[in-house]
Amino acid sequence: MTATETSVRWTTICPLERLLPERGVAALVGDVQVALFRLHDGSVHAVGNVDPFSGAAVMSRGIVGDRGGVPTVASPVYKQAFSLVDGRCLDDADVSLPSYPVRVEDGQLDVGLPW
Amino acid sequence: MLELVVIGNGMVGHRLVQALCDRDSAGEWHITVLGEEARPAYDRVALSSYVDGVSAEDLTLPSLTVDLHLGDPAVAVDRDARRVTTESGRVLPYDALVLATGSVPFVPPVPGRDLPGCFVYRTLDDLDAIRAAAAEAVARPGAGRRSAVVVGGGLLGLEAARALRSLGLSPQVVEIAPRLMPVQVDEGGGALLRRLVESAELAVRCGVSVNGIAEDRGRLVATLSDGVELDADLVVFSAGIRPADALARAAGLPVGERGGVLVDERCRTSDEHVWAIGEVAALEGRTYGLVAPGYAMAEVVADRLLGGRATMTPEELDMSTQLKMLGVDVASFGDAQATTPGALEVVVNDPVAGTYAKLVVSDDARTLLGGVLVGDASKYAALRPLVGSPLPADPVAMIAPGGVELGADALPDSAQICSCNAVTKGAVVHAIGDGADTVPALKACTRAGTSCGSCVPLLKKLLVDSGVQVSKALCEHFAFSRAELFEIVASTGIRTFSGLVDEHGTGRGCDICKPAVASILASLGTGHVHDGEQAALQDTNDHFLANLQRNGTYSVVPRLPGGEVSPEQLIIIGEVARDFGLYTKITGGQRIDMFGARVEQLPAIWRRLVDAGFESGHAYGKSLRTVKSCVGTTWCRYGVQDSVGLAVALELRYRGLRAPHKFKSGVSGCARECAEARSKDFGIIATDQGWNLYVGGNGGFTPRHAELLASDLDTATLVRYIDRYLMFYIRTADRLQRTAPWIESLEGGLDHLRAVVVEDSLGIAADLEAAMEQHVGSYADEWRGVLEDEEKLARFVSFVNAPDTPDPLVRTREERGQRVPVALGLPGVGA
Repeated sequence: MTATETSVRWTTICPLERLLPERGVAALVGDVQVALFRLHDGSVHAVGNVDPFSGAAVMSRGIVGDRGGVPTVASPVYKQAFSLVDGRCLDDADVSLPSYPVRVEDGQLDVGLPW
Repeated sequence: MLELVVIGNGMVGHRLVQALCDRDSAGEWHITVLGEEARPAYDRVALSSYVDGVSAEDLTLPSLTVDLHLGDPAVAVDRDARRVTTESGRVLPYDALVLATGSVPFVPPVPGRDLPGCFVYRTLDDLDAIRAAAAEAVARPGAGRRSAVVVGGGLLGLEAARALRSLGLSPQVVEIAPRLMPVQVDEGGGALLRRLVESAELAVRCGVSVNGIAEDRGRLVATLSDGVELDADLVVFSAGIRPADALARAAGLPVGERGGVLVDERCRTSDEHVWAIGEVAALEGRTYGLVAPGYAMAEVVADRLLGGRATMTPEELDMSTQLKMLGVDVASFGDAQATTPGALEVVVNDPVAGTYAKLVVSDDARTLLGGVLVGDASKYAALRPLVGSPLPADPVAMIAPGGVELGADALPDSAQICSCNAVTKGAVVHAIGDGADTVPALKACTRAGTSCGSCVPLLKKLLVDSGVQVSKALCEHFAFSRAELFEIVASTGIRTFSGLVDEHGTGRGCDICKPAVASILASLGTGHVHDGEQAALQDTNDHFLANLQRNGTYSVVPRLPGGEVSPEQLIIIGEVARDFGLYTKITGGQRIDMFGARVEQLPAIWRRLVDAGFESGHAYGKSLRTVKSCVGTTWCRYGVQDSVGLAVALELRYRGLRAPHKFKSGVSGCARECAEARSKDFGIIATDQGWNLYVGGNGGFTPRHAELLASDLDTATLVRYIDRYLMFYIRTADRLQRTAPWIESLEGGLDHLRAVVVEDSLGIAADLEAAMEQHVGSYADEWRGVLEDEEKLARFVSFVNAPDTPDPLVRTREERGQRVPVALGLPGVGA
């Protein structure tokens, strides 16, 4: 995390409690749409909200789960699964979502976008 | 590298190239294909489906990596110089030349055959021309139905007649032979075929020919050999085909007595560098007008070009045919006409049931030679591969209703399971042994079942017979089928996904098992679909109680029970759509759909609708969609029961009921069937005695008519039967399994279902009814449930940190006076 911490700008999004376990929310940071997920084990992940296959900003509305132990979100449009850890698409090696660092401070959820 | 030129880009030419590409791993051949039509190769066998709305793209065969020149036919072959010249002047040298030019329609030399309005039935372009002429005829002013004459009552003629019928014309079929399909079907089968075809409102005249066609006041008149004159808006010739062998003749290649390039058992012509396959080839002087023999020839030539030693004989060519047209099953296989010396014929003819079956067996009654099936061809898949093999049972018992069931184990290894692709039982069993444990896996490694699909049931049987445990696991998280999970949930009292996956599964679920479990929980009546942990299980539609559209917005559909709507309600829907800028459209299921709502707009839209008395139409869920209705006795002059009243009552009874798949219903007030109830999962048609209940119909990818479950029911009994039927389906069907395949999957099929629903053969009817009563009693509108719950409402925001900011990617433009989405450009992919 230290390597990225120096190169990102943190933005506070909302209280962590606002996120239902295993369900996403969308956030707008400048003109970047981010999809944020809180998992069953309490961890939080952020990836791009725009589905690369349909172009619609809907990733935050996908179903969260796992594939072979990797936490995933499935696009609600055409159902491809994406890793919540690094954003790569598990159904198409050529496609991935941007992924962003997240942190929780004083119960507030922050997402880091590159400078 | 050697040069191969293939003249002809039809199904057989395409198959040759595919087979060669598949096997030429050394890259020995460079292939050039010349096509006369400007289109890529397409499935001509399915040509008629083009009229039913299947697109040219859907019919297109997979593209192959070759030099393909479309719309540029070969015009000359110089065999000495080994060169082909094309219409555009291309000169192509070859080491091997394959003629796959197919055939041309035969048009009998009658006067007037070239008049405008006369067509042949061979290519997509022909069908486009026929469709345009039919549309023009239908649009022409004047009384009465527009009509057509089809010359030829063979396979293609009947297909053409059916196509003309679906284009809105009344076709008359004229066949010179004394019966329909004279090549494939014998006299007895032809008689029944004619009766079945005529009951589908198709006029047939056998034993007469067309003497001439004349123009008369803008229409056509066909004069028949018996003096009868038929008026027609168009005439379609489908009186057989002739090999397209002109190029070969010009090149000096020997042809058969009845045309077709003479080839030997290797499909080679008299020139060792020239081969011929498909309908242009005459093997031992005989040509073949079906695709399966053409495919077999293509395989032989592909093998030979790569140094193999494959051969073929006419006896090995499969001349079997199966088709369903105008709702009539017809199949013919092997020596259907009993031409083998001493052949015996065994016939079971049931004119009451409308079935005719004949087996042709050898003189010692030990070997099956062929057969004909009309009216019910369900035994085709099991009988056809047995041709040439010892009879496994008494021939009468093999075709008698309720006779012996032919298992796949009765087939010898050499029996062809898939005749389209010449795949034997041995090859399939071998592939199963190598680990192919599903039908798709078998298709991929043997190509069986990939063409007409009639052998797929047999593939399934072989899998089961081989003892393959076909996995029922829902996904990687549950080793159970949906029906098993339903039983686990129902009997253990577990009511959360976490509890279920902890005790009976692994991991944290996925987009397959989570919605399935959500549906099971909803069917068992566990409150609002967003309560507690259930919220995280729902697919986006059930999460936002609206239908996700391609640009990320949603559509909103209020319930209009039975399609009934008051003027006041119409005004409110109009006002809501206007105020929120929504696109409105009447759906296929008698609803009004409002498109283009953003997530953050949904609660405000619902508020207006709910206040006006509307409820969610569940257009989003795997649940009851609509109960369509016609006008019924209230207004209709012909109605015999109140279809609207029943449709409203049924829609309200089953509203919100979650099922393995979405399901629909319809109620028609009389046999005219204006509600199209027989295309529904359950459909009801009024009789003057009560109601007939049909089950298992659907539209979608594989449309199907519903079948009669019970007749002349009073309303209370009808509702009881539907309760049982739906609950039995919900409990036992697979995930996303529609009612039709579910009924097929039941051991005993429709008869078993009838026993369970009508006779209560399992003794569970009371339980099923009680479960339905519980659903009916606990129903609450889901939209209202959200509006009354602040916590749930808080989820309906565009952005958690900017709740009312619209998604900037959603843009609209105007089309025909309404707002529609601007197509989304795909974003750059990558991190």
